[in-house]
Amino acid sequence: MPDWFLWFTRFENTKVVALLLFFTTFCAILIYLYTGKKRGKRLESYKYMPLQEDEQDLNAANGGENETHEPDKR
Amino acid sequence: MAQTGIGGVQQYNYDIIKKFAIMTLVWGLLGMATGVYIASELAWPFLNFDIPQITFGRLRPVHTTLVIFGFGGSALFATSYYVVQRTCQTRLYSDWMATLTFWGWQSAVALGAVSYMFGYTQSREYAEFEWPIDLIILVTWVVYFTVYIMTVRRRSQPHIYVANWFYIAFILVIALLHIFNNLAVPVGLFSLKSYSLFSGVQDAMTEWWYGHNAVGFFLTAAFLGMMYYFVPKQAGRPVYSYRLSIVHFWSLAFLYMWVGAHHLHWTALPDWTSTLAATFSIMLLLPSWGGMINGIMTLSGAWDKLRTDPIMLFLITSLSFYGMSTFEGPLMSLKSVNALSHYTDWTIGHVHSGALGWVAMVSFGSFYHMVPRLYDTRVYSTRLIYLHFWLATFGIVLYITSMWVAGIVQGLMLRSFDDYGNLSYTFVESVAFLHKPYVWRALGGLFFLSGVAVMAFNLFMTIRRSRTEAAELETRIAVKMARA
Repeated sequence: MPDWFLWFTRFENTKVVALLLFFTTFCAILIYLYTGKKRGKRLESYKYMPLQEDEQDLNAANGGENETHEPDKR
Repeated sequence: MAQTGIGGVQQYNYDIIKKFAIMTLVWGLLGMATGVYIASELAWPFLNFDIPQITFGRLRPVHTTLVIFGFGGSALFATSYYVVQRTCQTRLYSDWMATLTFWGWQSAVALGAVSYMFGYTQSREYAEFEWPIDLIILVTWVVYFTVYIMTVRRRSQPHIYVANWFYIAFILVIALLHIFNNLAVPVGLFSLKSYSLFSGVQDAMTEWWYGHNAVGFFLTAAFLGMMYYFVPKQAGRPVYSYRLSIVHFWSLAFLYMWVGAHHLHWTALPDWTSTLAATFSIMLLLPSWGGMINGIMTLSGAWDKLRTDPIMLFLITSLSFYGMSTFEGPLMSLKSVNALSHYTDWTIGHVHSGALGWVAMVSFGSFYHMVPRLYDTRVYSTRLIYLHFWLATFGIVLYITSMWVAGIVQGLMLRSFDDYGNLSYTFVESVAFLHKPYVWRALGGLFFLSGVAVMAFNLFMTIRRSRTEAAELETRIAVKMARA
């Protein structure tokens, strides 16, 4: 096993590396979700999906195309 | 009600959902009746009748298997097949594969229950199935995974709604847990007996890694999937924050994986492992409460629905119990609290506040929403839903308060010393104390079971009414056609 890999197997190193990796990922998820007005609006628009099904069923029955999602109405 | 009328027959496979929904009620009644019986056995031991097949030790895994896998599992199959079809706007990938999951799952649950009564068990909590039944479950689960993923793949929506994320995580993680926890070497090809691949404390660690993640992904993540679909549907409002649901998903999925070792505090397990598990258990409070708040705040601006809609009462109360038990869980994972609570009935009370208050209540609410839509009709009686709600709530409160009293006093009695360092109480004195709380607990269970019987009757009448309505409609059409 290479020496650089053994460095990771020591608990005092593993703990710090794991903390850095996981915390960075968590921050990245938060930044992705809560920055960018357009992205935020798009993500929030998905919450209407369960409420649009009946309408989409009707569209499908009439041979029309399903609407994807509507903009945030809040 | 347009959804079934328009899309029901051709667009979606509702038959498989109906089958799972009916079996949910059957297993629920059987499993909870078994629970009330074994609770009564603890209060009045003569009920064991010296018949090995019905003693507490054998019926206890029958109870847990029927309620967790029979009732809970069937409810998850039913609602996940409903939610994935509705939110992806497509039919299930394969009808025969879905049917296979039905027969595979039902046979595994039935075979498991019968085998425990005859003394065949691998003695791993919540995974007592002997190896041939484990193989049936494995095949069923792989087919379930295939059906679900392929249905999501052929969706006509650009986005995968968050409820499906929770269901997919549940299916994936349960596959992982089931395989690793059940790695065993059978004694022979024609023997039900097998030996675990792990031994000693590693075996215990594997078992509780499985055990707590079964709680986390079977009894929590999957039912959160149910919550994220049925709460907005019943409220007629979108979930409070979609972005919060994403944070909820990733943090919950990440944190749950680490906490299993808190079941092994003060054992041969290395101290750092149980400290790590306790730390992650405390952190788990944040996503759990984030999710609960997200669910409850869906009603923001429409709180009046709680006065007029008993289904909403079920759903919101279930979230309140979810919040309460996810506060109690981290508390009990602290080593000092665990020293008192472990090996006492406090644990049983905690499990049931989650299982009855959260899992069962959110399932009841979802079923009252879903079943009438599956059959394209209205629910038979709203009053009976109210009756069910109050029976269930009263039953849970009675159950958990009696178990708090039982567990805390039991723990205090077992650790009490006199001035000379001798134990203040004998073990049998603690057993004698438990009689009254056990009677109250059995009574609480009986209330809860009565509620499920009311629900079964209500839904049976709902289904019967839908058939009468369909027959009447056919007659009217036939008369019109004849006149024309």
